[in-house]
Amino acid sequence: MKRRWTLYDPRLAWMLVAPVLLLLIFFLVLPIAVMAAYTFFTFVTAGVETSALTTANWHEFFTDSYYSGFLLKTLRVGAITALLCGVLGYFPAYFIWATTFRHKWLLLLLLIVPFWISFTIRTFSWINILGEQGVINVALIKLGIINDPLPMLYNEGAVILGMLHFLMPYMILNVYVSLEGIDRTLISAARSMGCTSAQAFREVTLPLSLPGLAAGLLLCFVLAAGSYVTPQLLGSGRDALFGNLIYDTIMGELNWPMGATLSIVLFVVLGFFAAVYTRYMGMSQIVKGLGG
Amino acid sequence: MKLTTTKRLERLHDRYANGDLSRRTFLTLTAAAAAAAGLDMPWMRQAMAAVEQVRFDGWGGTVQDAIDKYAFQPYTAKTKIKVVQGTFGDEDEIITKIKTAKPGDYQVIHSSGVNYYIKYVNGGLTSEINEANIPNMVNVLQPMIEPFRKLTPKLSAVPYDYGTTGIAYNTKVISPEEAKEKGAALLLDKKYAGKVGGYDDMTTRVWYAALATGQDPNNIKDMDTIWAKVRETRDLAKKFWSSGAELMDLLSKGEIVVTDAWSGRVAALQDQGQPIGYLDPAGSYAWMEDMLILKGSPMAECEELINFMLDPATSIAVAEGQSYPPSLDPTKVKLTEKIEKLPAFDKTGTMKSLTFADPVYWATNEDAWTKQWNRISKGA
Repeated sequence: MKRRWTLYDPRLAWMLVAPVLLLLIFFLVLPIAVMAAYTFFTFVTAGVETSALTTANWHEFFTDSYYSGFLLKTLRVGAITALLCGVLGYFPAYFIWATTFRHKWLLLLLLIVPFWISFTIRTFSWINILGEQGVINVALIKLGIINDPLPMLYNEGAVILGMLHFLMPYMILNVYVSLEGIDRTLISAARSMGCTSAQAFREVTLPLSLPGLAAGLLLCFVLAAGSYVTPQLLGSGRDALFGNLIYDTIMGELNWPMGATLSIVLFVVLGFFAAVYTRYMGMSQIVKGLGG
Repeated sequence: MKLTTTKRLERLHDRYANGDLSRRTFLTLTAAAAAAAGLDMPWMRQAMAAVEQVRFDGWGGTVQDAIDKYAFQPYTAKTKIKVVQGTFGDEDEIITKIKTAKPGDYQVIHSSGVNYYIKYVNGGLTSEINEANIPNMVNVLQPMIEPFRKLTPKLSAVPYDYGTTGIAYNTKVISPEEAKEKGAALLLDKKYAGKVGGYDDMTTRVWYAALATGQDPNNIKDMDTIWAKVRETRDLAKKFWSSGAELMDLLSKGEIVVTDAWSGRVAALQDQGQPIGYLDPAGSYAWMEDMLILKGSPMAECEELINFMLDPATSIAVAEGQSYPPSLDPTKVKLTEKIEKLPAFDKTGTMKSLTFADPVYWATNEDAWTKQWNRISKGA
């Protein structure tokens, strides 16, 4: 006898999930699989490769310290950027949460405003601020504080600053969402039991907002470590990150098999950090943060 | 000449009858044609009947502005065929895009001469131009066409302009006398450490290192000294630029005071009144650019466009606008005084005063040298 459909029928569930599943397969799993296959292709000359299978690309990656050095440098810059985002982003998030300002939505809107301007233009704007003829140097020279312009552009500091500019809203939103989830009566209870404001923050608010902070750190770290445009525009060649290495290998050397190998490496390494986070914290906090 | 579907099928049948095609291949192709005909829609016929636009990709900035204003807009007004434009900062970038697209998505490329022509040939991306459809090619400099013809007797590209990568310097900091005296060595002058720039490109870096070490860029004997010089320039450099717009920005904002630079972009800066001088040191790197038609393009329309671009009136207007001399032979076509004053202009039409890269020599070393340059540029 044919089984009739019920409200919570597993077949119905599969049907509902199917469109998303197909999208994920065709636009995520399949491209990654193709790229993984490419890592075993043979590079012939710029722009030409054959499907003759080889492990030469992986051998080169594992035996050439140039690549591992770059990977470590990228992770270091990503970690510094994420930590700075955490330290600098917590305070504005706390302020927005704690303020009694009637139009709090306006503060949140201000956070999103930069996204209305092209990311590239926002990054380029730092050239007019940090450059030799930029606002800071011109002002300091005119005030007689310095004689020669300060070298603030095309170094690692400028790259990190550019990434902070772009990543800070993600951190603030994550922390803010986490703070919004705290039951304020807990803080009142702590205060009524003799805690000072600082103690209440340290014992109640901070621990309860840590999931949001951790989600922000992961998001900022992954985005910073995978960054390509910011080091390209605000850094010198020495400040390039792993993303720039991939770009140069694919677009400059036209060596797709090696470029695919490096891409898979970055994907696996960043995926590892995301997996560790998910194992201990879960992804729900990031989803909440991104969704506002 | 365009082939009708019937004609194509007749030819296919002839090839099968002559034994040029296996039975399996013949049946496969016929089945594919039948499937295509079965899926044919009324709008497809209309789309295939008339090409309404041609895709062009170039270097953007002042160069493409000039091409658009003096060539594409008049061409569209005359033929009603629109030229859809894209830009790139580095030609390898567009080659990557072409590789990932289907034939015909990209059609005409403002390409960097023979060095890059080889890459398109190797990648199987070239077409075959019917030169009879481009009568204005008779005015094009033969010394510019010959290197292309050596690689593919049937051309896929037509030379369009040329220029040099010489030395640009800020005249407020470096006098023309000092520039002339030091020449290419200016890029290695420790006095300007932190204020030196350069093109983020292997060929340019190796070329200037060869000049600095007294070697022939087209026959380098000692690569170790070349890489040592490249590192020396890297350590003095503030930034290696990667597009014409970035070069102009760095020079005009005073971020760098000396760099190797594209002659036309420097001329554009000089026109804006910027205090920038330019010189071509002995052995300066000369290059040519061409209009390349890619495989899968609507050939008749692309050839018509290139013929229009090579019309002397159009070509001269574009050359004046982009500040690069045209590929027109000055012994056949009367060029303007403004063009004759452009950097790199060769009035003899022999191109012997310019040093071009030997395409075969550079193509042979391209992969290894590009890889090494990419590493050095990142501090290795």
